[in-house]
Amino acid sequence: MSIRWKSWKELPLGMVIPEPATSLEFKTGSWRALKPVLDENKCIRCLLCWVHCPEPAIERLEGDRVRIDYNYCKGCGICANVCPVHAIEMVMEGGEE
Amino acid sequence: MNQIKTLRDIPTREQLAPGHRLCAGCGIPQIVRFVLKAVPDPKVVVNATGCLEVATTIFPYTSWKVPWIHNAFENVAATASGIEAAFKIMEKKRGRRKPRIIAFGGDGGTFDIGLQALSGALERGHDLLYICYDNEAYMNTGIQRSGATPKGASTTTSPAGRVIPGKLERKKDLISIAIAHGVKYAATLNPAYPVDMYNKIVKAASTSGPTVLHYFTPCPTGWYFDPSRSIEVARLAVQTRIWPLYEYDNGVYRITVMVKKPRPIEDYFKLQGRFRHLLKPENKWLLDEIKKEVEENWNRLLKLSGAST
Amino acid sequence: MSTIVKGRRIGLNGDRAVAYAVKQADVDVISAYPITPQTIIVEALAEYVNNGELNAAFIPVESEHTALSAAVGASLAGARVFTATASQGLALMYEILWIAAGLRTTIVMALGNRAFSPNINIHCSHDDAYAARDTGWIQFFAENVQEAYDLTLQAFRISEDKRVLFPSIVNLDGFILTHSLEGLYVLDDKDVKDFLPPKDPVNPIDPESPKTYGPLDLYDWYIEHKRQQAEHFNNTLPIIEEVFNEYYELAGRKYTPVKTYGMEDAEVAIVVLGSSAGSVRYVAKRLRRRGRKVGVVSLTLFRPLPVEEIIEVLSSVKVVAVMDRSYSFGSPGAPLFLDINAALSNAKERPLLFNVIYGLGGRDLTPDHILAIYDRAEDIARSGEVKERQIWVGVRG
Repeated sequence: MSIRWKSWKELPLGMVIPEPATSLEFKTGSWRALKPVLDENKCIRCLLCWVHCPEPAIERLEGDRVRIDYNYCKGCGICANVCPVHAIEMVMEGGEE
Repeated sequence: MNQIKTLRDIPTREQLAPGHRLCAGCGIPQIVRFVLKAVPDPKVVVNATGCLEVATTIFPYTSWKVPWIHNAFENVAATASGIEAAFKIMEKKRGRRKPRIIAFGGDGGTFDIGLQALSGALERGHDLLYICYDNEAYMNTGIQRSGATPKGASTTTSPAGRVIPGKLERKKDLISIAIAHGVKYAATLNPAYPVDMYNKIVKAASTSGPTVLHYFTPCPTGWYFDPSRSIEVARLAVQTRIWPLYEYDNGVYRITVMVKKPRPIEDYFKLQGRFRHLLKPENKWLLDEIKKEVEENWNRLLKLSGAST
Repeated sequence: MSTIVKGRRIGLNGDRAVAYAVKQADVDVISAYPITPQTIIVEALAEYVNNGELNAAFIPVESEHTALSAAVGASLAGARVFTATASQGLALMYEILWIAAGLRTTIVMALGNRAFSPNINIHCSHDDAYAARDTGWIQFFAENVQEAYDLTLQAFRISEDKRVLFPSIVNLDGFILTHSLEGLYVLDDKDVKDFLPPKDPVNPIDPESPKTYGPLDLYDWYIEHKRQQAEHFNNTLPIIEEVFNEYYELAGRKYTPVKTYGMEDAEVAIVVLGSSAGSVRYVAKRLRRRGRKVGVVSLTLFRPLPVEEIIEVLSSVKVVAVMDRSYSFGSPGAPLFLDINAALSNAKERPLLFNVIYGLGGRDLTPDHILAIYDRAEDIARSGEVKERQIWVGVRG
């Protein structure tokens, strides 16, 4: 994304954002106070965390495993709350995992 | 477009990118993600001014991977009407393929300031899917009362005061308003019931003409609950019968999540700061009134759907 | 008017002439709501569509706000779009006027100029045109039915030009033009087709190339966006003139941003918009026959204001009376007066100016009124002193 325009002359016409998904450049992970930590051994691959993540910052992988993308996770804790087997724990950001 | 049985059937591809600025724990993205998954390409999203609009498109950052258009606050249905009519005639005249048109409005943009435009679009019969993400107040401007704010809720313009304990008026019935316009499909949605929600989106998008979906949108910021409890709050709204899940499909009402033994309404209220004052003894009269209305509404839906408890 | 005139002569009122041009322009979408004195336009277009004479979507909207909102959506989708309104309808659209221009839609709107309430009045003032003056729409003023037709066709061509991409308003005085039957020349459909090929949209809504239209824009970029829009808007003038010239070659009728009469030697001049220009010219002609050096300046193009042309024709005149069919409460002058003043503000020579408020709510402008304005202008020229900056004419004392 060439969003570093130097002048009004270079801006896209009609005030549009000409490319999709440029918000990927804005890392909302810095908002986080609590960090979800996933215990893969406990995970039953039910996908509830993936379904309910508002960012979405939980990726659905092969075999319905999931991975948390800390670049965007705001630490809301919904994933930990909906997990039926407590495979996700919220820990203080910057603390020990 | 297929109905699904389990969460595994939900397509993996995301068309809403992260990096948006919706609050942590916001209930809005789930409906957006689901709609983008359930409605096949090509599609176009039209968005009223509101939380979803401001938080997902702060220039030059957009979270959208589909064409997205914001015009103003009260005119999402009008803008969508124009896009729909244009693509329809251009398809006829010049062979440009018509995409599916999806409109998102909040409760302010739907129940209040945008109601006239919505009414016009429904009456004219445009082929579009209208989704109201209802967080029950003007959250984008700071939690002011709307026509969708439920009775008893405290907002910044209906504060729970010493004399007046929050909003005293009832919430408008959006689905009945839509049905009165002759729409073929309308339904309520709730994020705690994702399979039900997904399948209703599929049904709405498969129905030609205008369809209306009304989505319960938990708002940790405006309802004063911990962001991690969004889905819990949403589920309680259904289990207390405050937010019945039902659909209207070509003249037939159906309760899609039957709640045989409702949880006490207090369980839902005590989780949220906006309702906590209702649990004080001096406001019991209002709590009783709300309980009565919730029961009446449930019974009305039972009757309409031909079901019995 | 040139001697080579193409097309055939028919009789239509202003509204029907506009509708006829819109039909010949082969628009894709019409989104409009009834309001006097514009209603005949949408009625005529609905007839064309329902009789199969025009292959377009007619959206029978529930308000003017929706009329323009839907038009914005349709234009962004890539369609050629027309709407029409007047007065209160324009006021209801107001919010969306800015959006239509900022998002660079190419909507063409006919505005049957009508006074704002209160009291409710269906006749001509230029309140509505003036209300739209800062919004980023190109604005034309028609003097007669022929011009309403010609300008509507040219407006599509100008708005859709890739060097322009701004919406246009064609102003026609309510009732005086909208409802007056006049003879006019209309072009053959084929000639219109050559002049106005199907719209080739720039950055239309396209699922193959997803864009975000109308995002939130805070202090990071908002002012740069406005700066760009301002520059692009101001750059439209030469392109408008280019299209005027092409139309002249096609139709034999020559349009210029500023229309003048007697200005080669005029010492006093009247500046005026819309149908009144004809009345003023009639009086000026009689006065000039008696040797009085009076002139008339009327603007076919109101936005962007043709500043250089205004300086050229007015700076050497002694006195200019600027006529406004509207009033601006608390301002030292009504909008056209302010514009002309500002245009002349840095000219080396500049005339004395005064503002004439006339014709509000359809009050007739008579030759006697115009004569009195010229008399006053000549008095000022002699005395070198403007005693009253603003006067009203045609008002019961």
